[in-house]
Amino acid sequence: MSGLKTDLNLARPDDVYNAIVDAHKGLSPAQSEAMNAALVLLLANHVGDEAVIAEALAAARRAATKE
Amino acid sequence: MGSYTYPRYPYRKPPPPGDAPVPVAIVGAGLVGLTLALDLALKGVPSVVLDEDDTVSLGSRSICQARRTLEIWHRLGVAERVVAKGVTWDTGEVNLRDRPVYRFDLTPEPGQRFPAFVNLQQYYCEQYLVERCLEQPLVDLRFRHKVVGVGRSADRAYVDVETPDGNYALTAAWLVACDGVRSSVRRALDLPFEGEVFDDQFLIADIRMRTALPNVRKFWFHPPFHPEHSVLLHRQADDVLRVDFQLGRGADPEIEKKPENIDRRLRAMFGPDAAWDHEWISLYTFSCRTMRRYVEGRVVFAGDAAHVVSPFGARGGNGGVADADNLGWKLAAVLRDGAPDSLIGTYGVERLAAARENIRQSTRSTDFIAPKFPASRVFRDATLALAHDVPFARALVNSGRLSRPVAYETSPLNIADTSTSWGVAPAPGASFPDAPLDGNGPTSMIEAVAGRFAIVVFVERTGELSPEVAAAIAALDAGSLPVARLLVTRDIDSPDFPGWTILEDIGNLAFRRCDARRFTTFLVRPDQHVAGRWRRIDPAALADGLRRLLAGGPA
Repeated sequence: MSGLKTDLNLARPDDVYNAIVDAHKGLSPAQSEAMNAALVLLLANHVGDEAVIAEALAAARRAATKE
Repeated sequence: MGSYTYPRYPYRKPPPPGDAPVPVAIVGAGLVGLTLALDLALKGVPSVVLDEDDTVSLGSRSICQARRTLEIWHRLGVAERVVAKGVTWDTGEVNLRDRPVYRFDLTPEPGQRFPAFVNLQQYYCEQYLVERCLEQPLVDLRFRHKVVGVGRSADRAYVDVETPDGNYALTAAWLVACDGVRSSVRRALDLPFEGEVFDDQFLIADIRMRTALPNVRKFWFHPPFHPEHSVLLHRQADDVLRVDFQLGRGADPEIEKKPENIDRRLRAMFGPDAAWDHEWISLYTFSCRTMRRYVEGRVVFAGDAAHVVSPFGARGGNGGVADADNLGWKLAAVLRDGAPDSLIGTYGVERLAAARENIRQSTRSTDFIAPKFPASRVFRDATLALAHDVPFARALVNSGRLSRPVAYETSPLNIADTSTSWGVAPAPGASFPDAPLDGNGPTSMIEAVAGRFAIVVFVERTGELSPEVAAAIAALDAGSLPVARLLVTRDIDSPDFPGWTILEDIGNLAFRRCDARRFTTFLVRPDQHVAGRWRRIDPAALADGLRRLLAGGPA
């Protein structure tokens, strides 16, 4: 039973993607990193489901460490 | 340096050769060893306490005495002095830079006999414990008796003891090592003590200074007076303040130790007009370690000898006192009633699980306060940045998750539930909750159950308990350890039952905290942990439960 939604769940995916990227405009790399961390914490609290968060962490780590 | 006058306790010459074996020899007259000796004495078990020194803890060291520790010391007759002398607090404040981020109240629930914490220097606590021990004929305190060798056989432990009048040999049925992180007993037996070592350096400056500060634990991340790191501030008795500066990894201990450098840090914190005297200085790093087993034949390890944690969360001294509390009744059952050695084995199982929980909690606090890798630091700082405005992030800020009794969830002594739906009621292995009660005068649950087995039966009205069931339960016994039978009721409506104590739940808190209904029953151990719970009164199940506790597990 998979809790993490991996099929498209956004009505306007391009808008959301660009909103995330645009929010980093003008930030230094350190500020961007800080903002991403805050964003992860905010969204994790919003999701609230430890199993979903664990799945998302595993999927994100796979993506980050792929050759 | 220091306002405290260290007592010098009398040295006694070694006993004549050929002295009979003693039931219990305790190595180390610190918080843990003295607590154990007192508990054993009150249960009728004599002990010999060996200490290489003739005074109390040098330095204020473990200052935060938690509620559970106060409850145990109340049973032993020293908590009143600790509370009277110490500084009571139950609020913590976390600051980021120059602003408070949030405050936490450790006693959101009313009606408990003791506060969340009393701060009192370890030397006072030990002094009060020693003075209480000196009143007990069953405690044989031997100062300046230093253990220099340890031996074991299947049913005995042997120690070589060095005194100013030469060495002697002591034989004990049980040897309990409460001799601290550098335990001579653990070293003599060459037993492993493994775990994680932390690189960050910290500086404790205990100073004497009059101040109008409230009785609050204050923690700062990156304060203006110490911008790179964290600072923790506690009040203690005698106008002593505990200031704990994080110094980081690169600090040079030789430079940091210099009084002028410590005074410079304190001056930045307290301002140009403040004046203080130094009480105690300690520059330290720490590790989280535990032995693999706490029971090695007839040698038992407790307190820092068995496990050490970081100071964040006050889990060192309080964890050690909980070790003594767990061990005392088991040793009494083994020595006085012939309970099997496996009962002492459950001490090892339960307290090792507790130590692992304390290490887990304290390691998490340490990783938050002193992040070990860059991403850890980024998330820590993001949490602090969010905490101002976003409530959930305040819950993630970890400046120490403060000591609470650990539940023995997997203990072999636990009696499995026979009914479900227990709400907030303490599960088997959990610590029994306090609540105000009235039984011929005000008392509390924690006083009613203290120091013995307790069968706690809830009824709406006293008359609901049948005299036959009351008599069957009154007939149960647990050898030389006493059994209390407590009838907790909302309404006292008839005369009492022989062998029972009737208690009115005046605040309705006992019922609530135990999720109790009519005939809800708990069997509570002498260390106030729950052994079993039932939704009906079952004298046979209670008899089985008592047998199981004295047999060290299921038959």
